Amino acid sequence: MYKSLLCLRYLRTRYIALASIISMTLGVATMIVVNSVMDGFSTDMRDRLRGILADVIVETNSLDGEPNTQDLKDRIQRAVGNDIEGMTATVEIYAMLSVQYGSQWQSKPVTLIGIDPATKATVGPLSKYLVNTSEASIPDWELSPTAMAYRKEWTTRAQWMVDRWNHNPPPMEEEVTLVEKPDSAEPLAPPKFDSEPASESPFDSKPLVAEDTESLSNPFDKELKASVFDKFDKAEKRDPGSPLKGRVYIGYGLVSFPYEDPDTGETKMFQIVKPGDDVKISTVTAGRPPEPVHFNATVIDLFKSEMSEHDSSLVFCNLEYLQEMRNMIDPESDERSITSIQIKLKNPEDAAMVVSKLEEALPAGQRFRVRTWEDKQGPLLAAVEVESAILNVLLFLIIAVAGFGILAIFFMITLEKTRDIGILKALGASSNGIMSIFLSYGLALGLVGSGVGVIVGLLFVKYINQIEKFITFITGRKVFDQRIYYFPEIATHVEPMMVFWVAFGAMVIAVLASILPARKAARFHPVESLRYE
Amino acid sequence: MTETISMPQPQLAAIAVEKAYRKDKHKIPVLHGIDVEVNKGEFLSIVGQSGSGKSTLMHLFGLLDTPDVGEIYLEGQQIDDLPEHARDQIRNHVFGFIFQFYHLLPELNLLENVLSPLMIRYSTWEYWKKRKQFKQDALEIIEKVGLSHRIKHRPSELSGGEMQRAAIARALIAKPQILLADEPTGNLDSSTGKEIMDLLTNLNEQEQLTIIMVTHDNLIAAQAHRTVRLREGQIEVLGKSKIASVPA
Repeated sequence: MYKSLLCLRYLRTRYIALASIISMTLGVATMIVVNSVMDGFSTDMRDRLRGILADVIVETNSLDGEPNTQDLKDRIQRAVGNDIEGMTATVEIYAMLSVQYGSQWQSKPVTLIGIDPATKATVGPLSKYLVNTSEASIPDWELSPTAMAYRKEWTTRAQWMVDRWNHNPPPMEEEVTLVEKPDSAEPLAPPKFDSEPASESPFDSKPLVAEDTESLSNPFDKELKASVFDKFDKAEKRDPGSPLKGRVYIGYGLVSFPYEDPDTGETKMFQIVKPGDDVKISTVTAGRPPEPVHFNATVIDLFKSEMSEHDSSLVFCNLEYLQEMRNMIDPESDERSITSIQIKLKNPEDAAMVVSKLEEALPAGQRFRVRTWEDKQGPLLAAVEVESAILNVLLFLIIAVAGFGILAIFFMITLEKTRDIGILKALGASSNGIMSIFLSYGLALGLVGSGVGVIVGLLFVKYINQIEKFITFITGRKVFDQRIYYFPEIATHVEPMMVFWVAFGAMVIAVLASILPARKAARFHPVESLRYE
Repeated sequence: MTETISMPQPQLAAIAVEKAYRKDKHKIPVLHGIDVEVNKGEFLSIVGQSGSGKSTLMHLFGLLDTPDVGEIYLEGQQIDDLPEHARDQIRNHVFGFIFQFYHLLPELNLLENVLSPLMIRYSTWEYWKKRKQFKQDALEIIEKVGLSHRIKHRPSELSGGEMQRAAIARALIAKPQILLADEPTGNLDSSTGKEIMDLLTNLNEQEQLTIIMVTHDNLIAAQAHRTVRLREGQIEVLGKSKIASVPA
């Protein structure tokens, strides 16, 4: 009884001891913040990786792909069917994306993934990341009405340009002017755009169709059409609002750029491609040797996973068209090759087990590779883990230093309390009782120190984005730049066990630090202690 | 070893005790073979000058220290060689201590200070169960020493006499058989000292409490039944003793 009473009284009257645990509090708080942020980063990244890629990926080693899709799927089913929630066949290939903006073409290397949205939806929530598609629906490669109207508008305008060119070609001499020649035929009336709801007929004033232009005697006509305006050739023969056969979802980061508004100084995103626009994609065909191939595709939607690496490197394309373009369809058997199968597991933690099972089940030759999503981002996640481990060690050292502070201050306190220890012994307190006073005092200090640390740490984690904004506001420098850190906001994930272990570790250190002084106190000789003044 | 006379067994007895303190390499002898017996209900005073070993003798009686040679008997049982735990128990159950400098715990208020021997004796749970009874007892004893108006005060807010009375109350709460008082008036003015002495005398007379008091003041010592005088670690003169103790 006297132990807890005295321990509480010491806690209340010895503020210097509380000072000794401030570093412990700070250490605990920092550890919680660091671990939560690191963990939030990894968790968020894993979530997004799983959403966009999958838990496990079976890939062919060659870009030609595997023609016997069904057989492969069956084998996977047989090997790990019980652990699989869904799978989808894809073609994954490196490609170059070219986007026209103004008069410039911008090209970027991308990873082109041919997907089948229906089965893809069983593997990861792709629609969740599509900007203009509702989360619940399965993407169907169709333009939204707004995108369709936009497409109709610009294709019509482009067609009008072509027609005007054909109708009244500028002279191809040196002194090319944009001024129309007076002796030209009557210029075409500009087309009307149905920004308003489309009428039954998409063309109010129908631009001239190909037959008409054919009749004009323009010697460059054929060549022009074949080269520059090649893509409109097909478009003009059908509804100008309908997309091309090649359809893609493009990562937001590929077609938008941050820029600083000169007036306000704010960073804004400048987007050069909208759903409904066309882009050009270049890649290689299957077979030996791979031949370059390029095709145009309509952007159906943009996707924004908020993970800058994916948003600036992935392009999803309709699988059938990609297979067609890459000559992956066997002309005789009509078998379509694929290069990878994405698998979603019922339990993502089983990934390693599934991988090893699949490695056994699939042909021993070097045709397939089985990987987890983690392998794909392995180095990055491993780096985060290493960093987090190092930081934990360093921060735990801070707490250990706090332990030495406690040790020193406890020695002082036991000296100060020497006489009281003598009194307690005279009253019949045992050495163990004296020792436990100081041990529980240490424990109480540890409890207070780590308790306050936990509260401070959790509050910091909760308001970390506000704090980040505040620091950005104060210093005028962006602390957490999306371009560097993948995510728009600081992701945090508080693992209760982590909080527990940090707090527990701090308390253990506090108790360990008080053992020595407590033993010393217990060994005081009562007579000498009573004489101590 | 002793030639005790045909009296009933003494309550507390020191037999041929020797004690020396070690300071660095020097051995400083304090007691050279002392025999003292105290009977139940007796008020014994031990007088002597500073350094005569009187406090040391009391510490040996109270098991705060162990003799180098000789034995301490309580009710015929040797107690100086008991294990630590048993000695702690005896200190708590049998002896009540009063010190010159009161030695109250500064963090606790008067009531808590008085209750501290009981807190030490019982486990938290037992203490909690009996806390009302204990508090009642403590308030009674505080009343007896005349400090009822001070129960919530810290020692630093009490005068010397009040602190000493609080210390007496603390010594009494555990219902000791023997009260060991080390210069109880040594730090008090004469009138306050007299109050304390009256209190002790009353306790001895009314409750038959055995008291061993150490003092350097002959006048104070004279209030006891018997005086043992120490000089340089040896018993010098027998007091007005009715019971013979064998001189060294």
